[in-house]
Amino acid sequence: MKKENAIYVENLTKMFGDFTAVNNISFEVGKGEVFGFLGANGAGKTTAMKMLIGILKPTSGHAQVASFDVASQADEVKKSIGYMSQRFSLYNDLTIKENITFFGGIYGLKKSVIKEKTQELIDELGLKDEANKLVKSLPLGWKQKVAFSVSLLHNPRIIFLDEPTGGVDPITRRQFWEMIYREAHKGKTIFVTTHYMDEAEYCDRVSIMVEGKIEALDTPKNLKTQYKVDSMNQVFLKLARNIE
Amino acid sequence: MKRFIGFIEKEFYHILRDRRSLFILFGMPIVQVLLFGFAITNEINNVDIAILDHSKDATTKVIIDKIAASEYFSIKQFIDYEAAIEPAFKKGQIKAVLNFEKDFSNKLISEKKATIQILTDATDPNTANTISNYMASILQNYQEELNKGIALSYQIVPKTRLAYNPELKSVFMFVPGVMTVILMLVSAMMTSISITREKELGTMEILLVSPLKPLQVIIGKVVPYILLAVINAIIIILLSIFVFRMPVQGSLFLLGAESLLFIINALSLGILISTISASQQTAMMASLMGLMLPVILLSGFIFPISSMPIPLQIISNIIPAKWFIIILKGIMLKGVGLAYIWKETLVLLGMTLLFIGISTKKYKIRLE
Amino acid sequence: MGIKVINISKTYDKIKALENISFEVKPGELFGLIGPDGAGKTTLFRILTTLLIADTGEATVAGYDVVQEYKSIRNHVGYMPGRFSLYQDLTVEENLNFFATIFGTTIEENYDLIKDIYVQIEPFKNRRAGKLSGGMKQKLALSCALIHKPKVLFLDEPTTGVDPVSRKEFWEMLKRLQKKNITILVSTPYMDEAELCDRIALITDGKILEIDTPEAIKSSFPKKIYRVKSSGTFQLIQDLGAYDKTHSAYPFGEYIHFTSTSTDFKAKDLVDFLKEKNHSNIEVMETDPTIEDTFMELSK
Repeated sequence: MKKENAIYVENLTKMFGDFTAVNNISFEVGKGEVFGFLGANGAGKTTAMKMLIGILKPTSGHAQVASFDVASQADEVKKSIGYMSQRFSLYNDLTIKENITFFGGIYGLKKSVIKEKTQELIDELGLKDEANKLVKSLPLGWKQKVAFSVSLLHNPRIIFLDEPTGGVDPITRRQFWEMIYREAHKGKTIFVTTHYMDEAEYCDRVSIMVEGKIEALDTPKNLKTQYKVDSMNQVFLKLARNIE
Repeated sequence: MKRFIGFIEKEFYHILRDRRSLFILFGMPIVQVLLFGFAITNEINNVDIAILDHSKDATTKVIIDKIAASEYFSIKQFIDYEAAIEPAFKKGQIKAVLNFEKDFSNKLISEKKATIQILTDATDPNTANTISNYMASILQNYQEELNKGIALSYQIVPKTRLAYNPELKSVFMFVPGVMTVILMLVSAMMTSISITREKELGTMEILLVSPLKPLQVIIGKVVPYILLAVINAIIIILLSIFVFRMPVQGSLFLLGAESLLFIINALSLGILISTISASQQTAMMASLMGLMLPVILLSGFIFPISSMPIPLQIISNIIPAKWFIIILKGIMLKGVGLAYIWKETLVLLGMTLLFIGISTKKYKIRLE
Repeated sequence: MGIKVINISKTYDKIKALENISFEVKPGELFGLIGPDGAGKTTLFRILTTLLIADTGEATVAGYDVVQEYKSIRNHVGYMPGRFSLYQDLTVEENLNFFATIFGTTIEENYDLIKDIYVQIEPFKNRRAGKLSGGMKQKLALSCALIHKPKVLFLDEPTTGVDPVSRKEFWEMLKRLQKKNITILVSTPYMDEAELCDRIALITDGKILEIDTPEAIKSSFPKKIYRVKSSGTFQLIQDLGAYDKTHSAYPFGEYIHFTSTSTDFKAKDLVDFLKEKNHSNIEVMETDPTIEDTFMELSK
């Protein structure tokens, strides 16, 4: 198996009863790549992602994340990845500082390191005045930025982002993507799902899942050429139409 | 009316599809009754007791022998004076002391009446209660033996101290308690949870923005639980009658009517809780802490009210369960009619109206 | 018979959720409230659907006052709250039946209104709502909100978290409903959806930035926009951020939308600057503003 790949997936399948949620998918994500993982609701994205982050066992096939097997080395996988989702990112009833301390703690960071990182993070995001405020009082966009930074605390090699920008205002959404770019530039691998098709254009490569299978996988540019359209939105509509 | 029926139909779908809750709902009363009936048994066996015999005459000897011969008690020690009672208890070796008054035989013959004091260790009130009941029944037996064929009967008067609910002579006293707890749980907790669940889901918003009147929503939520609670009450009573052979002395109709009153009381409390809680979790905590604990601790179900400190005795009056337990005990065990329990019924009715009044007033036609 | 909002304000625990909001939705109009989460859209919806009372201001829906005549409003509006508020443990059909019953009607009676939408989920009518995909939940929730033939339909973020295909279908459905003379107020954080409304209000932090037709809003953009592209997007963002003539530079799909501070700016200036910064495959071209450009400019 190739070692230079951050994510290596081969014939990965997940069945729930007779229902095939993920149907024999294979792909690779290179180190430092921003990989867009797209698909309609119910296409199997979430299931595939859950297998990659080691919280769901595949029915068959293999997947390696950070060169660890997701089925047999789930603990190692979890240590090498960061995860952030739209549904849950931070504890609303804790302050920003408390959240950072907590998440630093569960990844086993030393107290001194947590303290240092907290300061760093708060300075970087310009949240000095908000550091001791409850997370629930923050606008969603800021919250997501903090959550992203928190998912980086333990210096993971790969970061999984599940619809990180849903409902976020356009300016903050772009700032968020700048953060993503910056991390990719530092050599981190980004695996991201989104429903904003303009964000799909920001990815190095994009896969589109339809009914459990990966129907397309290429750079946004090549996909647009291949389907003879001029936006990712149209590519998506062409591919995913008439499902459900 | 069609709207309302449609609403109730929906509630039944919720209840019937939530298999786990349904299982708990009907499993719980059965388990609880069986648990209290068998496991937490009121049977006693070879309880160590002490004797303080001030008379030391023929009669006291016979009685002592009889007690010693029973399988329930074994005499651990003889005490000579009152002051020695407390240390004996404190050592924890004995559970009861039998104190014969002076000149027992003589009094029995001359005054036809003599007194025995039964002191029990109240740290375990259930056992204490049972001990004095058993002891009293042994004395009763002896008395009957003594009185056979005698016109003017002798009387041995057992005076129990620290004994609980002296009017109860049966081991069935737990049934009213369990029934109260279950009805409270089903009615108050389940309704408050089911109402707050709609808030959490966001469906409450849609219901409010519909022509359904708030009162219809509430009653619609409540009706299915009345039915569930009634079924539970029936299960408990049937179990008591057929498994434990408890005779229900009083009118079943009255029993049903009073139970319904209590169920409605508990439901209105449940609604009240739902108006102040935003999540299912809060509703559950509020029901458990605010309703279940008082019902278990202060209603006289487990700890007799008469032995509580005065302030707690006063507080116990505002707990509906206390009145319901009195009513239940009266009807089930003593077979009394409404004439004897009208006061308690009135209190319960008053409370119910009050709760309904507050909760309809507190129930909002809007969010916030 | 539409919606009228006059100077509505609402404060929650010292946070101003809405500040002096006024707008009007004409009968039969498809009106969009466009803004991110936390802009105050949901609060406004709740005031208009009689669930909340505003601190100050007035509003009427279908001619009824939202405070005094709340009962009449509740009979005449359809409301789809932010999360698809369905009973997860009831089937598709049971959900629809239930909402029909509480509004005093039946599925059959108004079937033609929901037919278009409902046929798509009808094959799954015996499936529990909790087991549906996001797109199907959305369609069911819309069917439920429509079942009593409301005069005014309130849709609070009906497309959030839904994939582009379902979103597109959803908007097609709204267009068809509009033809049946239903006034629709819809909110969304997706700026591209704004184009599909008759008129829109851009809203952020409890304030309305602009109300107009999508066309007018786009053409009101005060500056020339250039779309810029080069071989290294990340570097491009960095460099444009540092460029002294940059007014704004935001990524838009594969391009960066660039506006300049100077009025006599020429595309060539930028090309020269980027060449200097060692960019290759440089592309700078004037482009039309989008709603999102306007929104960002106004909320800056």
